[in-house]
Amino acid sequence: MEIERRSLREKQVDARALLRGDLEGEDLERYVEERVLTTNFEKVLNVARANSIFPLTFGLACCAIEGIPMAAVTARYDIARFGAEAGRASPRQADLMVLSGRVSVKMAPVIRRLYDQMLEPKWVMAMGACSSSGGMFANYAVLQGADKFLPVDIYVPGCPPRPEAVLYGFTKLQRQIMGNPDQGWRQRYSGYGTEEWARGGPRSEPSPEAAEAYREARELSLA
Amino acid sequence: MPDAPGLELIRGEIERDCPDAVLATSFDRAQAALIVDPEKVVAVLGWLKDQPGQRYDFLSSLHAADYLPNEPRFAVHYELINRDRVERIRVKAMLAEPGGEELPEIDSCVDLFPTAEAQEREVFDFFGIVFRGHPNLTRILMPDDYVGWPQRRDFPVGGEPVTFTYSEQRFD
Amino acid sequence: MTEQIAVPFEQAPDRDREIMTVNVGPHHPATHGVLRLVVDLEGEIVRELRPVIGYVHTGIEKSCEDKSYWKVIPFVERMDYVSYFFQMEAYCGAVERLIDLEIPPRARYLRTLFLELNRIHSHLVWLGTTALDLGAISMLWYCFRERDKILDLFEMACGQRMHTRYFQVGGVIEDIPVGFEAKCRAFAEEMPIRVGQYQALLDRNEVFLQRTKGTGVVSRERLLELGVSGPLLRAAGEPWDLRKAFDYLAYPEMDFKIPVGTVGDNYDRYRVRVAEMVESARIVEQCLDALPEGPFIADDRKYVLPPRSELSTSMESLIHHFKLVTEGFRVDPGEVYYSIECPRGELGCFVLADGSAKPARVHFRDPSFVNLQAFRDMAVDTYIADMIASLGMLDPILGGVDR
Repeated sequence: MEIERRSLREKQVDARALLRGDLEGEDLERYVEERVLTTNFEKVLNVARANSIFPLTFGLACCAIEGIPMAAVTARYDIARFGAEAGRASPRQADLMVLSGRVSVKMAPVIRRLYDQMLEPKWVMAMGACSSSGGMFANYAVLQGADKFLPVDIYVPGCPPRPEAVLYGFTKLQRQIMGNPDQGWRQRYSGYGTEEWARGGPRSEPSPEAAEAYREARELSLA
Repeated sequence: MPDAPGLELIRGEIERDCPDAVLATSFDRAQAALIVDPEKVVAVLGWLKDQPGQRYDFLSSLHAADYLPNEPRFAVHYELINRDRVERIRVKAMLAEPGGEELPEIDSCVDLFPTAEAQEREVFDFFGIVFRGHPNLTRILMPDDYVGWPQRRDFPVGGEPVTFTYSEQRFD
Repeated sequence: MTEQIAVPFEQAPDRDREIMTVNVGPHHPATHGVLRLVVDLEGEIVRELRPVIGYVHTGIEKSCEDKSYWKVIPFVERMDYVSYFFQMEAYCGAVERLIDLEIPPRARYLRTLFLELNRIHSHLVWLGTTALDLGAISMLWYCFRERDKILDLFEMACGQRMHTRYFQVGGVIEDIPVGFEAKCRAFAEEMPIRVGQYQALLDRNEVFLQRTKGTGVVSRERLLELGVSGPLLRAAGEPWDLRKAFDYLAYPEMDFKIPVGTVGDNYDRYRVRVAEMVESARIVEQCLDALPEGPFIADDRKYVLPPRSELSTSMESLIHHFKLVTEGFRVDPGEVYYSIECPRGELGCFVLADGSAKPARVHFRDPSFVNLQAFRDMAVDTYIADMIASLGMLDPILGGVDR
């Protein structure tokens, strides 16, 4: 549907005409189209949720100094421009738990309890290599990834990730919340059909869409 | 740092007051160490702390090491500093493993050096060395119900093998 | 609050008033990391305090036994995660003592330079977070603005903001780039002005003074008994600083003072650290002035990687490189304990070598671990608000406490 761009003066003339009751027919329809956006309630809710996330002020180790509780909040990397500067100390009032640091064996039940105390909707960001997958510490004391006991929504790699990387992960999470997840490099470089499939296992046969995409990609590359 | 002759002099003086306490001396890489019989280690530490000419009254660090496969297996190290003359000395107490379910024991020096309280708990937590007379000898860094002494040489490092998509037959 | 409430429990007016045990849990806005305090409160007065630690225990010391000497460096960096250069220096210095390797003068000065920049960085993080705890929230933004400048310097020289693995056994991994000196000098000149601005905000602020003056006093003798070192000890009046006591790196050639307090309360600790920042800026300037020319890493190819340009021409270099990267260098059996002055106190590293390419034991005597024992003395029989102030001024970093 084409909406032609009209000048401000023309729109003001139309608004005055509406107030007088003089606008009708095609002009009236065009007036309404320019000002009304129809959507569904879920989308509006998701936009509101994504743009006003309250992170939980929770820092475990090194990543905390570079992450949401500290550096990302400060003036250079400003998380306030995304609406998330209101860090809440109580899990009952927070939306996003940023696991910034290594998850040790003694701390895991505490983190699980905090996660359970958060109210829906809630999201978890595994910041850094240690909470994503155990990082460099493959030993008896560190859990190899927070997703062993928590559902994680977004992983931000790095040791520690730069505050810009954390904010990038944060914006990806925002898009995820708003309902259109960002597929990253696959979308940007048309990299479909390059996924690896493990032999055996629940997804060892590629889905029909993936097989189709793979065939097309092959044709494109061979052409 | 007392130099090598100074170390021998200290050993001689300790012999007069606490006979047969010092088993050996070691002056390696400009660091002076006294190797002491574990039963008499508190007496030696007290002597070093209170003797008017010595006055090593600051316990900088208390830690342990596992010398497996050498015997005796464990050694508890005490790093002492004299702040006026700016000198360090190390006292080493070698403990053998008793074998079976028993844990090696040594006297605690918390009365002499209150700083040893948390450090002895850490040594107990990691090596299983019991300090007799410690007010609260419980695990400090590992969870309270942990089984095993992590820092011993025969305790495995742990962790889990990394899985790759192409090499695993299943993923949960 | 110019006097501490020092009413022992036995003489308290209402002796069987109820004691409430409160868990200032591992997740708390004011505990500077995952420290758990089990506090027995009588009204608002703390009667007993038991810290429980271990919530970020990473088993670094055990992991180090599994890695060659070179690969241990990134591990030990991550213990006390705010002062990472100090851990690298303690470990590299210990290994250099073990193998009796002399580092070239340029490397000594570069190491000193980065250590002092890290000291300023650590104190800035401390000041920002402690002022945040006490209510002076805007200090966080000002301190982190300076901190970002230091991290820009680190990124320029080492490639990464934090955990740079810049120090290697034998020197530093790379020389400083062009333009670093000018930027660093500009920063060092600006730093005392900024510190003056921070002091203008806090030094005579009535709320800050009331919260910190006279609170958290522990006597000097008690601190020495407890093995406390660093700014806490210096604030109580004892001028013990390992940079002046033991000569290491380029500190003997530097001209700097160590600030010493008088009373030993929280206000003195704050003043001591802020003055240390100014002194560190002076040391940075002196290092830049006196930086000698020469190699930035030792020449001994048995322990130090050869420069990449040589790899294409010399067979020997290639073999050395191969051996060092795959197996690492071997160290004769021996043990050494080497300690330096970290922003929190005495950081000591004990390395036990058994003749193989991997260390048999790496232990760090962490200052926060030992200083935490003084916390009980600071907080018992005072108000809980004073306990929070003392915890901030104690400056524990739980990564170092738990290792």
